[in-house]
Amino acid sequence: MNAPLLQDLAPSQLPERARALLESGGRLQMAYAWFPDGAIELRYLAAARPKVFEIWRVRPENGTAPSLAAVAPLLSWYEREIADLCGVRFEGHPEPDPLVLLPGARASAPPLTPGADLRIDYTPQFARLPEIAGPDRADVQVLPFGPVRGDVLESAQFLFLYIGEAILHYLPKLFFKHRGMEKRFEGLNAPFAPVLAERVSGVDSVAHALACCQALEAAAGCAVPPRAHWLRVLLAELERLYNHLHYLGHLCHTTTLKVGEAQGKYLEELAKQINGRLAGSRFLRGLVIPGGLHREPRLDGLRESLARLQEQFAPYAEMLETSTTHLDRLITTGVLPRRTAFDQGATGPIERASGLDRDLRRDHPYAAYDELKFPVALRTAGDAHARQQVRLAEIESSLALIRAVLDELPEGPVHAECTPPPGSEGLGWAESPRGSLYYAVHVGSDGRIARMKIKSPSFSNWRAFPFTVHDTNMMDYAIDEASFGLTVAGCDR
Amino acid sequence: MPVWTLYGLKQGKVSQRWPAVGGDDGQSGVLGFPRFDPAQCQSGCRDCADACLPQAITLKEGGGVNVDYGRCVQCQLCVTACPSGAFTLSSDWAFGVRAREDLVWAQAANSAAGQMLKREIRKVFGRSLHVRHVDAGSCNGCESELQALNNPYYNLHRLGVFFTPSPRFADLLLVTGPVTYAMKGPLLAAYEGMPEPRFVMAAGTCACSGGTNGGGYACGRGLDGLLPVDVWLPGCPPNPAAFIHALLMLLQRLPQRVRGGHLMEDGDGR
Repeated sequence: MNAPLLQDLAPSQLPERARALLESGGRLQMAYAWFPDGAIELRYLAAARPKVFEIWRVRPENGTAPSLAAVAPLLSWYEREIADLCGVRFEGHPEPDPLVLLPGARASAPPLTPGADLRIDYTPQFARLPEIAGPDRADVQVLPFGPVRGDVLESAQFLFLYIGEAILHYLPKLFFKHRGMEKRFEGLNAPFAPVLAERVSGVDSVAHALACCQALEAAAGCAVPPRAHWLRVLLAELERLYNHLHYLGHLCHTTTLKVGEAQGKYLEELAKQINGRLAGSRFLRGLVIPGGLHREPRLDGLRESLARLQEQFAPYAEMLETSTTHLDRLITTGVLPRRTAFDQGATGPIERASGLDRDLRRDHPYAAYDELKFPVALRTAGDAHARQQVRLAEIESSLALIRAVLDELPEGPVHAECTPPPGSEGLGWAESPRGSLYYAVHVGSDGRIARMKIKSPSFSNWRAFPFTVHDTNMMDYAIDEASFGLTVAGCDR
Repeated sequence: MPVWTLYGLKQGKVSQRWPAVGGDDGQSGVLGFPRFDPAQCQSGCRDCADACLPQAITLKEGGGVNVDYGRCVQCQLCVTACPSGAFTLSSDWAFGVRAREDLVWAQAANSAAGQMLKREIRKVFGRSLHVRHVDAGSCNGCESELQALNNPYYNLHRLGVFFTPSPRFADLLLVTGPVTYAMKGPLLAAYEGMPEPRFVMAAGTCACSGGTNGGGYACGRGLDGLLPVDVWLPGCPPNPAAFIHALLMLLQRLPQRVRGGHLMEDGDGR
């Protein structure tokens, strides 16, 4: 992992700098604020060129900074989040509504202010809806769906503005599950951080623990033993495997392919049972810690179990790619154009299905990925079918990566001492099954965590998703949503 | 489409008979709650309590520690921290209980068997239970395992338990998550919408006590004091077999296994 380049910018330099970054083909990755010595400071993370991140450090003037949402639309949500949680005002923001705090929620102080001990006073209010013009405006109906939805689903509310079968506009209201997870890291010692990180989004436990620990290791400047690096790849790919198998089963559920659903979820169960034997946890929790791994995973029998899984997966994948009833519902459904995917910050399999060739494992390698060869799946259609194809290809490459790790796994210890010194900071990242995940840590003068920023892939993809729903129809909605494979817990934190 | 039917038939039957005799619960190798043996404790030692983020292990006044499995997230850090083997790894996961006190470790497991539910529960719901799940701010680990209940391996339908979209048709409210400020209202509305008799399960450590995620500016600490809970099921997350055990325990089709924080071999016989 290369250390990011830290640069100081004046607030007035920001728009020009962002434009220059975009013109050179770079992209902003996230923005957050924290409070060094009581004063507020903004951080922007930019991927300017392969293998190197830039961090722009900006001190707001009188608590305000220029909004970059019009230059780089994906920053819109980050700025709204910073306004909600840290109290910075962004001048010229096109949509300056609260985001993380729901309409009707009032906090006595911005929740991330140091030392703020506060509760949220909440009287639910209806969300502000876009103005509707045109001759049919009287026919437009509003359907608020959620936050408690059918079946076993995460809580979120979706507002549909529709006429009959046609959706005119779609507005997801998230953050019902906002738990203030970033604040909970404050004051903790490094060994507790992965315990909490694994509980931000359960189905991405490994990716969260990995990004979190890599941030702490960057702050500590410690060297993780090679064997731990290789085993981290193994864990991360096992996580991708069960998540993508679940994804296929759930996608079949929405296209009413019943046997396909059953088989996808059965294969997911087999993958989780493999995890359980290997790690003692079906979610692979408890292994990744700062400095390496907590203990050796049980690798005996893994190769054989995965071979059996692959034998069942191959005909299943072929069936999915040749079933016309299934494909008819996927092809041209929920199209995310390449440009929209880039501007709105789509990540992971979603952006790769829209023709954006980006993958942190290859572009900013971590763990042992720079020593492994693997293809990055890419499709250009941007529809639900392309997203299925990217996932199918990633399952194949995950299985190949796990085999490669088992073949070439170096001997040696799996843990090294890792204690971040007071006043240090670090950035960690991982390509989770859903896309890019970042953790930024700042260690206080007492050696405890002073700030932990979490940028989850679902935060990015929920921002892009509505662009595939406007002007479509109700019949396709469930398929489109399933094809994105979003989590709510990761987004809401 | 017939090709899928053929493909399905060729896969054969994969559903397990568990908990019937000879069935596989599917949890081979999965760790449960750490076992506690205070006889191994060193006096003056506080390593386990210092290693416990959710404060499931706390120091007793006058020495020794309290262990509350309702707060445990199964991170297993206490097992590593303990210098004398008072905490050991185990596969004890069937931790659904009727009384919250049964999750607190007690020297002698002599607490009265969990309070009896309404006597008619087995007669009325024993063969068919409809469940309304509400996510009150979980990390989605619990949802992942709840969704697994309907996969062909566990095939919850075979036991007569079904998830239902509407609270109006639900007998059991199954709640996950520490209850965020925004989900408290919708959660209580779902409970109010249920016909009586109705039951509540606090599923997962978050719903039992808040776990690592509860408290803070945006969260409560689970269902304690919020809803009348009939079954407490800690676990981070409870595995699918633990969910099935707790559901069947509610219906008095399986015995409660845990009393005073100890896993009993034969349960309470009900």
